[in-house]
Amino acid sequence: MTESHGLASVASADTPRPVSPGRSRGDQAFRIGAHGGGVTVLAIMTLVGLFLAIRGAEAIDTAGGSFLTTQDWEPNSGRFGIAAVLFGTLAIAAIAICVALPLALGTATYISEYAPEAIRRALIGIVDLMAAIPSVVYGLWGMFWLEGSILPVAQWISTYFGWIPIFAVPDFDPTDPLATPTVFTASAFLAGLVVAMMVAPIAASIMREVFAQAPEGEREGALALGASRWGMIRSVVYPFGVGGIVGGTMLGLGRALGETIAVYLVISPVFVIQPHILHSGTNSISSLIALKYGEASAFELSALMAAGLVLFAITMLVNFGAGIIIQRSRSGSAS
Amino acid sequence: MNPTANPVAADIAFEAEPASSTEVTITGPTKPTDPTDPTEPMRPAWLAVTSEPRRPDPAYAPAPAAAAGPLPTRPALSQIEARHVSAWFGAHKVLERVSLTMPPGHVTALIGPSGCGKSTFLRILNRMHELVPSAALAGEVLLDGADIYSSARKVQDARRHIGMVFQKPNPFPAMSIYNNVIAGLKLTGAKTSRDAKDEIVRRSLVSAGLWKEVKDRLREPGGGLSGGQQQRLCIARSLAVTPRVLLMDEPCSALDPTSTRVIEATMEQLRREVTIVIVTHNMQQAQRVSQQCAFFLATQGKPGVIVEYGDTDAMFAEPQDSRTFDYVNGRFG
Repeated sequence: MTESHGLASVASADTPRPVSPGRSRGDQAFRIGAHGGGVTVLAIMTLVGLFLAIRGAEAIDTAGGSFLTTQDWEPNSGRFGIAAVLFGTLAIAAIAICVALPLALGTATYISEYAPEAIRRALIGIVDLMAAIPSVVYGLWGMFWLEGSILPVAQWISTYFGWIPIFAVPDFDPTDPLATPTVFTASAFLAGLVVAMMVAPIAASIMREVFAQAPEGEREGALALGASRWGMIRSVVYPFGVGGIVGGTMLGLGRALGETIAVYLVISPVFVIQPHILHSGTNSISSLIALKYGEASAFELSALMAAGLVLFAITMLVNFGAGIIIQRSRSGSAS
Repeated sequence: MNPTANPVAADIAFEAEPASSTEVTITGPTKPTDPTDPTEPMRPAWLAVTSEPRRPDPAYAPAPAAAAGPLPTRPALSQIEARHVSAWFGAHKVLERVSLTMPPGHVTALIGPSGCGKSTFLRILNRMHELVPSAALAGEVLLDGADIYSSARKVQDARRHIGMVFQKPNPFPAMSIYNNVIAGLKLTGAKTSRDAKDEIVRRSLVSAGLWKEVKDRLREPGGGLSGGQQQRLCIARSLAVTPRVLLMDEPCSALDPTSTRVIEATMEQLRREVTIVIVTHNMQQAQRVSQQCAFFLATQGKPGVIVEYGDTDAMFAEPQDSRTFDYVNGRFG
């Protein structure tokens, strides 16, 4: 009886049956709203990219491949390129990350693992507040206070670590008592430090949230084996939070690459590749745009748009990269 | 199906018991004195909480002093003893002057209804209790006569000597099975040669009854094992640092009956190597695996105490206290 029934159903045509979800009207409206939001964000991103590409096309056509290799910026005489500003942008971002990563990691570890409850709450608030301070304030702080205070540090690094090429300052002779420290002002190092102050709170905030999600069971497992607190953090919290560490740092990097006003305030712009990071003079794409925009001719404006397009592309790549790393990690998929 | 024949079904039956029955049993025919009152001078003789086991096992002998020398292959069996242990979470007192001796080479089961403080007691035995920020405690825990809470001893040493297996299997999921087993050696900073590590991994996994299943895939992540295997991996991980006592906090409550049986068999083997204390909700399990048994109870609004302690078979066959009788026969809990 059962068998013949089974045979019959096998013999009949086996095609998928249409299933209608039967959504309610409220659900429909919400779906349309949500779709609309998502599509708008994508459309705006695409339009910004298109706008930059179209407006920058003229300059890129004129310059061709030399746009990426020329260091000068004289669009009106036809000699222009982003080699110097691109290098400066990456150098400042790299310095910022080198400073911000340990700072953020230490802050996040202290907040999530060591701080007593009262200090923890206060610190979380302060770190979030630091992330909310406008960058022009950091720029002013960098210009009026940090620059003067950091000169002896820069001088010390260059004196004792000058044998490492990037720390060398060729114009400065430490044995000369009359040597002026002004060669250390307005350097990529200074700009990197200012940007690090802006990057660290964002990175620390992301790392802290990820560390706090490290499973209690694994933490106790490590401690019950006789691990010290630091041993537990190294074997449980950091491996779990590695996605947050990398992702948070890369989100910070995205901000560091695009930072405009703080960098603009502290640097003295030059249009040569300056590999000595302690030496005065550097540049970045965003401060180039801020600097040149006001008095730009139509063609110069097109060149600035092209530079903006490059920055846009790099920032987007970094942010996508960060997103992918966070998602693929254990902590990211859990959150 | 006969529910008493199935440990899982029996366990569910305990949980399903109406809460009101607790009150009925407590206020039923009880002793004229309140054994939970610490100021009560007349302690009934059956309340053997501070004394030796009621019916000492002939195999029982005091543990020799901790073996000196570097990592003995077979550590001498140790005794762990709690003296007048009280515990608080904030202002809430959960244990009242509990004393209990857990003899070497035995499995001691801690049984009792939820919230009676038996898990807290277990966590006090290896200093995991103090991880809770509001937690406090009083009393002493003596491992072979030495107080593990003494200020001269490091908390890490206490935890290394007194291992713990948790309710939910908690291997390090991204680490390989091999690295999971030796994680304790790394965490405690022990320098071990490669060959010695291989031997420790093999021996620990054999002791935990997992070697045959994983010997060909030691490099695969520990998170890929089944729940029962993960729990045995955690047992192996605890054994790798040669603890003197192994605490198990409801080690089988998240596992299926087959895995439970394997772990119980493992415990029977292990008690020749290490003193075991197990918290369990499962009465049949306590009967199957333990030689000594302690029944914890917290009456309404009062901290938990040990109502009865002694030889497991005797306690289940002829409990001295009416509340123990009610609990082991599934009348409440």
